[in-house]
Amino acid sequence: MTDTARAVSRAATPGAADRARSPRRGRLSATQWTGLGFIAPLVAFLAIFLMVPIGRGIVLSTQEWTIRSFVTGEAPFVGLRNYADVLTNPVFPQIAWQTFLFVTVSLVFQYVLGLTLAVFFARRFPLSTTLRSLILLPWLLPLVVSATTWRWMFNQDFGIINSLLGGADIGWLTDTSVSLWAVIIANIWLGIPFNMVLLYGGIQGISEGLYEAASLDGAGPWRKFFSITLPLLRPVSAVTLLLGLVYTIKVFDVIWVMTRGGPVNSSHILSTWAYQISFEADRDLGTGSAVAQLLVVVCLVFGFLYIRAQRKEAQS
Amino acid sequence: MRSGTRTWVDTTIGIAVCAVLLFPLYWMVNVSLTRPQDLLRPRPHLFPTDPTFDGYTAALSTQLPSLVTSMIIGVSTVALTLAISLPAAYAMSKLKTRATGPVLFLLLIAQMIPGVVLVMALFALYAQVGLINTYPGLVLANATASVPLAVIILRAFMLQIPDELIDAARIDGASSWRAFRSVVVPLSRNAVVTASLFSFLFAWADFLNARSLTQGNSIVPFTLALFRFIGAETTNWNAVMATAVIASVPAVVLLVVAQRYVAAGVTTGAVKD
Repeated sequence: MTDTARAVSRAATPGAADRARSPRRGRLSATQWTGLGFIAPLVAFLAIFLMVPIGRGIVLSTQEWTIRSFVTGEAPFVGLRNYADVLTNPVFPQIAWQTFLFVTVSLVFQYVLGLTLAVFFARRFPLSTTLRSLILLPWLLPLVVSATTWRWMFNQDFGIINSLLGGADIGWLTDTSVSLWAVIIANIWLGIPFNMVLLYGGIQGISEGLYEAASLDGAGPWRKFFSITLPLLRPVSAVTLLLGLVYTIKVFDVIWVMTRGGPVNSSHILSTWAYQISFEADRDLGTGSAVAQLLVVVCLVFGFLYIRAQRKEAQS
Repeated sequence: MRSGTRTWVDTTIGIAVCAVLLFPLYWMVNVSLTRPQDLLRPRPHLFPTDPTFDGYTAALSTQLPSLVTSMIIGVSTVALTLAISLPAAYAMSKLKTRATGPVLFLLLIAQMIPGVVLVMALFALYAQVGLINTYPGLVLANATASVPLAVIILRAFMLQIPDELIDAARIDGASSWRAFRSVVVPLSRNAVVTASLFSFLFAWADFLNARSLTQGNSIVPFTLALFRFIGAETTNWNAVMATAVIASVPAVVLLVVAQRYVAAGVTTGAVKD
């Protein structure tokens, strides 16, 4: 698992080696033509199912979309009006703030808990490998399945969570002041395995000798953690947090299954809000796409920071 | 002796941590075995004291078609993903195509674009070409998530295959296609299995595409069925959780299998020098 994750993250960066190897001649050699033949289906697929939708999304955000448009697929051009509608919508600041809370709180807890587990499992003890792979299970389950389970656990009257809190009467999914925290808790739980896997891989890469030398110098476990593990883990931490951020801002299933962004928008983040505007309520795909474009900008900005961090890690 | 005790303390802590983290999964199983009348009480039992399999009977009698639908979509997505990714990964590792850099960049973008954004545009496009409510439409939409990962896994693996093996085949008169089919693909078996497993899991778990690109009851994968199930007023939660447990089985099975394959390592013993 760890090896794949690392291989994948390494391989994902277009390396200098690839460029150096490819011939720089003007005309394509026979091998180059063969290569193009093999890669053509992928290029066609990416063009039709990635580039065209991205372009279409931008176009959509400038169109006035109505029920009729759902049948014909056509809608009149309205310029930047959808964007103006979104930015002046009184709910927008609230949902932007909720998105910020959802992402930062999720990331902080996922990272801290993931790191704690990674350090703990790096100690190697009987059953450690088995237990470590068991923790990956929540990561592989369909999100709808996990979210459904959390929804029942958070049930106000019959849920185990209120019961474990000594018969508390908290309306986790029905009270506007706590619904966001309910989805954040579920999302933290879902993200722990991912953080643990990447950070555990990073810890494995730290030389054993450093710890032995530190022990000889009389360093205790805390000292070793703060002076060796944490600083040397910085590149991996950067990659983990940035990738985690891109993944967290994309979250949809968990919130939709647990609360649908409700009650009264209290657990919406930008992605669920964009979806609701497009496919529920008014079925206003134009305005929904305008929200979606804001989301794309955020994802791409942090995505490029991620690529930079990853290159640094690969070089170190 | 002291360190021996300490490792067992570690194991105990490890088991306790695991128990806490996996509690929701235990709870899913527990609820699936609980009688409906016992579920509607303020203090739920921590263990299924009076286990019942009614939930499973109900789940299988009503949800079986949706599980089959998900299976069809999952297997088709794997087939499409491999058909696109295998040749591309070969070109991007062994044929040193100049398109490699730009394509890798596009794949990264594909992994970053939120699914919600893609599905809105796909909906508009599908409405125009009549792909709403079709299996190909869903499978193609699911492949937008699985193809980038599959190409990256397969390429990383193929880069490790020694060039000499392919050169040897070429000297024997094999075409690029022949070398691909008879040398590269068989050697990449472990990576193919890994890529297939992840593609299957993506498609199996898909909720967003199914919810947005289908209407009515013509195509209902289990994720959508489960979602409708919990939305209904008089929901029988032990049947819901039984469905959830059944839907988790592929993930559990595939995790066990995938771990073995991932660990199997890279072209061990293919070249002896």
